[in-house]
Amino acid sequence: MLKAQKVVPLDRGRIGRPDAPAAAHNGAARRNPGLPFDADLIESLRVNRSAAERRAATLPGRRTVKKEWQAAWLLKAVSCLDLTTLAGDDTPGRVHRLCAKARQPVRRDLLERIGVGDLRLTVGAVCVYHAMVEPAVAALAGSDIPVAAVSTGFPAGLSPFDLRVKEIEASAAAGAREIDIVINRSHALTGDWRAVYDEMRAFRAACGAVHVKAIIAVGDLGTLRNVARASMVCMMAGADFIKTSTGKETTNATLPASLVMLRMIRAYGEMTGCRIGFKPAGGISTAKDAMAYQMLMKEELGVPWLQPDLFRIGASSLLTDIERQIEHFADGRYSAVHRHPMA
Amino acid sequence: MNIAAIMESMEYGPAPEAAGPAEAWLARHDHRFDLFIAGQWRTPADGGRLTSLNPATGRRLADIAQATAADVDAAVEAARKAQPGWARLGGHGRARYLYALARLVQKHARLLAVLETLDNGKPIRETRDIDVPLMARHFYHHAGWAQLLDSEFPDHRPLGVAGQIIPWNFPLLMLAWKIAPALAAGNTVVLKPAEDTSLTALLFAEICQEAGLPAGAVNILTGSGEVGELIVRHPDIDKIAFTGSTEVGRLIRAATAGSGKKLTLELGGKSPFIVFDDADLDATVEGAVDAIWFNQGQVCCAGSRLLVQESAAPRLYDKLRARMDTLRVGDPLDKCTDIGAIVSPKQRSRIEGLVRTGVIEGAKLWQPEAPCPAEGCFYPPTLLTDVEPAATVAQEEIFGPVLVAMTFRTPAEAASLANNTRYGLAASVWTENINLALDIAPKIKAGVVWVNCTNQFDASSGFGGYRESGFGREGGREGMFEYLTLASKKPVRKTKTPAVLTKAASAGLPAIDRTAKLYIGGKQARPDGGYSRPVHSPAGALLGHAGDGNRKDIRNAVEAARKAEAWSSLSGHARAQVLYYCAENLSARASEFADRLRQMTGAPKTAAAREVDSAVRRLFAYAAWADKYDGAVHSPPLRGVVLAMHEPQGVIGIACPDDAPLLSFVSLWAAATAMGNRVVVIPSERYPLIATDFYQVLDTSDMPGGAVNIVTGARDPLALVLAEHHDVDAIWCWGGADTARRVEAAAAGNLKRTWINSPGAIDWFNPLTGEGREFLRHATQVKNIWIPYGE
Repeated sequence: MLKAQKVVPLDRGRIGRPDAPAAAHNGAARRNPGLPFDADLIESLRVNRSAAERRAATLPGRRTVKKEWQAAWLLKAVSCLDLTTLAGDDTPGRVHRLCAKARQPVRRDLLERIGVGDLRLTVGAVCVYHAMVEPAVAALAGSDIPVAAVSTGFPAGLSPFDLRVKEIEASAAAGAREIDIVINRSHALTGDWRAVYDEMRAFRAACGAVHVKAIIAVGDLGTLRNVARASMVCMMAGADFIKTSTGKETTNATLPASLVMLRMIRAYGEMTGCRIGFKPAGGISTAKDAMAYQMLMKEELGVPWLQPDLFRIGASSLLTDIERQIEHFADGRYSAVHRHPMA
Repeated sequence: MNIAAIMESMEYGPAPEAAGPAEAWLARHDHRFDLFIAGQWRTPADGGRLTSLNPATGRRLADIAQATAADVDAAVEAARKAQPGWARLGGHGRARYLYALARLVQKHARLLAVLETLDNGKPIRETRDIDVPLMARHFYHHAGWAQLLDSEFPDHRPLGVAGQIIPWNFPLLMLAWKIAPALAAGNTVVLKPAEDTSLTALLFAEICQEAGLPAGAVNILTGSGEVGELIVRHPDIDKIAFTGSTEVGRLIRAATAGSGKKLTLELGGKSPFIVFDDADLDATVEGAVDAIWFNQGQVCCAGSRLLVQESAAPRLYDKLRARMDTLRVGDPLDKCTDIGAIVSPKQRSRIEGLVRTGVIEGAKLWQPEAPCPAEGCFYPPTLLTDVEPAATVAQEEIFGPVLVAMTFRTPAEAASLANNTRYGLAASVWTENINLALDIAPKIKAGVVWVNCTNQFDASSGFGGYRESGFGREGGREGMFEYLTLASKKPVRKTKTPAVLTKAASAGLPAIDRTAKLYIGGKQARPDGGYSRPVHSPAGALLGHAGDGNRKDIRNAVEAARKAEAWSSLSGHARAQVLYYCAENLSARASEFADRLRQMTGAPKTAAAREVDSAVRRLFAYAAWADKYDGAVHSPPLRGVVLAMHEPQGVIGIACPDDAPLLSFVSLWAAATAMGNRVVVIPSERYPLIATDFYQVLDTSDMPGGAVNIVTGARDPLALVLAEHHDVDAIWCWGGADTARRVEAAAAGNLKRTWINSPGAIDWFNPLTGEGREFLRHATQVKNIWIPYGE
């Protein structure tokens, strides 16, 4: 399903550290090597909140997908799901059940009925705490579905710095192929973008070949300008993906904040030729929500950003709603939750 | 379509809005419509029909009626008959009907939207999400004005019958903008939709029937442009409201000249879209989409001239071109369409022609690669860069999806380029610096300025132009005044100037000769022609001579007034100081002015003294008003504010009446200058010496040169020169019916605002009629500045 992507020629003169490890995950594209910290660039970023909100509010009225197209888009969304459990009561058994759902997210008979029985559809990843990485890796053995571990003192990110780095190393050693780190919002809110950069740089180094997503926690940042700055700083420091939220803030993924992050991804791409991925997380629970994000991706960044190597949706209950919509498409009757295997 | 293949391409696929219910509605009417007169459907008098097409397919939708002169008469008669009853219903009664109309618009929202898209070719997204909701909002808002009419507009009455002519680009929205305020104020309506897009107005007629609107309150006449002309010229119509081209607006101004019909014109534009280098450029690009690719660019206030700071231009152009690639041109009924069909092949070829001219004149053309649909009437989004102000495409309104771009270096240059047009409808300003935004907004000659947004509309905030973009406002409190008049106001009437007796002066020691001159640019000036006019007492004694001003004197006076810009930028407080000082100096010379009045008019001593005293009081009144005629802060549904600022008209020409020659003279120029206008005053033709005496008062009261200019002479010919002058923004004229007609006809040249009164129409001594808000409204125009905020 992953398409080989056209690589935008690099402007080498502007690339920072030459020591970036070769990326395995980002398709044929080159992994983001990062840029030196540039305070002037961070300072120059401008976001007009009302205009961003207007764009976000009107987009769902400008684009829609119906019938086969809707089914296809929703299946694509499933392939981009980071199926997530991040609760205090997680156990190996619970994680095992989640992983089984990750392997077979939509009922096989439904897929066959709509003519995509041979799709080998899986979710994009399973996302868990460090303690659940090993059971998840075991449960997904042979599937090629990566395990993502939230890390660095998730969700607050305020544990001792060396422990946060060690946590990454431990999760990578346990078999996580993706690490979702959280930035230190204290540094961001006090304007110490250099410190955010340095920490992110260290996290990236600790990840080694492992793919790293930077959670900027838009709900904690207070302003869209901070969202823009945090996005840019994390990409400069080598993030492969930027992610909206931990799911634990009072406000999680929103379309306006996502719009701002996507525009930063575009700007960073124009500067470096690197394609950075995006992951909205938290509060995305309906098929309609998921499609709104997909349309935002397509409109602002283009079709490559609808594929799981550049787009993930962090969600726990979204899948059920998508399954119901797929069943409705398959036989024209509204579905019920209990007709679909639970995660 | 194969789902696996779609998962590869991730196309949107078709998403058509069902046209079935709208087509069923057309079929129910046999695809054939009559005229809506007195609450009934009537066949046109001679049975004439026009065909209404769907521009996206070229297919016939229905035949509509071609109204004749007899039909126009019948509709006006029905409206006239209905008007007293409609007014007598009272504010609350009318509010109930307007509320019902708003509700019914919402109940039929989708049918209205789909029919509008079929008829006009604009995307369903726009009719569904913008036009119809704004239409409903307009009726709700004006239900409110009807309810509050008595308390908020005391001493006002409706005008009577309003003739309303609307364009094809926003058929429903313009209908709402016209009908809602007219009905709220107690007028009845004869409305003519555009010949290409009449169907939704006919559906609205049905909605009026459903609402139980009294027969004749709303009449709808369809047909070609001649129907509009018949309405404009109809003698029994009191008000004409027109939205359309500047060319037709000018004809309407000329045709209604001197008729006493109140006029609102909402005309063309070439609105600037100004981008500073500190703007959020991604937001700006979306703004441009909303500015020029909204409704295929067929928007009078479209941000069609992109002015971008030189340093930001390459980045912005790149972003714009990339964004244009994702615009979808096609089936207007498809929910994913951004740009629908151009309304008619005629409009499309006009757009093509202008773009071709632009390229020949040196512009760089850019259009996305995706082709337009082969069938139907479409034109791709277009960006022309490297356009100079001298280019045709920088000056002419294209009325299509074509953005022309040029650069500027400084904020001052941005304002100059923005104002380098005969139009003045709207502008938008993009910067993250609020100091810059709020500095630029007042400098732009436009009725609406959008800061970091564009094409925002709301019933609470007036919309309308400066300069040749027309006059009058639609929406808000300012819009209500367009459908009301002072209850005390008398109509323009013919007057006869009494013959002047002449008589030789009596013998005795001669007085020292005084030479009254003209007063131009703060200096006394001899009349250019070198002629003087004798001034006699009522008994025929020669009192002296006044300069016989000619067109060159008017030219000089207007030039001086134009230069005296500093007066307009003074604070209200500073202007008040000068007006108070004028009062002080007039008061000190009260007996001299009273004597002069007695000599010239033969008024008794007490009456003359009373007039001087009233003039002193009037100066005090306008000194008081100078810092109190505040604008407003509107609250449309948005996080932000709309500042309704009162701005001076600019240069006002004033032709004064003969009645109360001192008081009327003072009342008029003081009202105008208190608001920051500069004036050229033609004082009373019979009693000019009272005004020439007055320039010594101005000289000693720190009135800056050029703020008040006085040209004596024959009033009507001089008023005509002022009316024709392209650098005069407004003319106030007290003259007979013939003068009124000629002045208003001449004013059509640059569409200057006119305020026409007949002598004796105003009791100058009564402060309720001789001063106050009515005068100040004529001295100002409202600029609405939209400022959404939020960090």
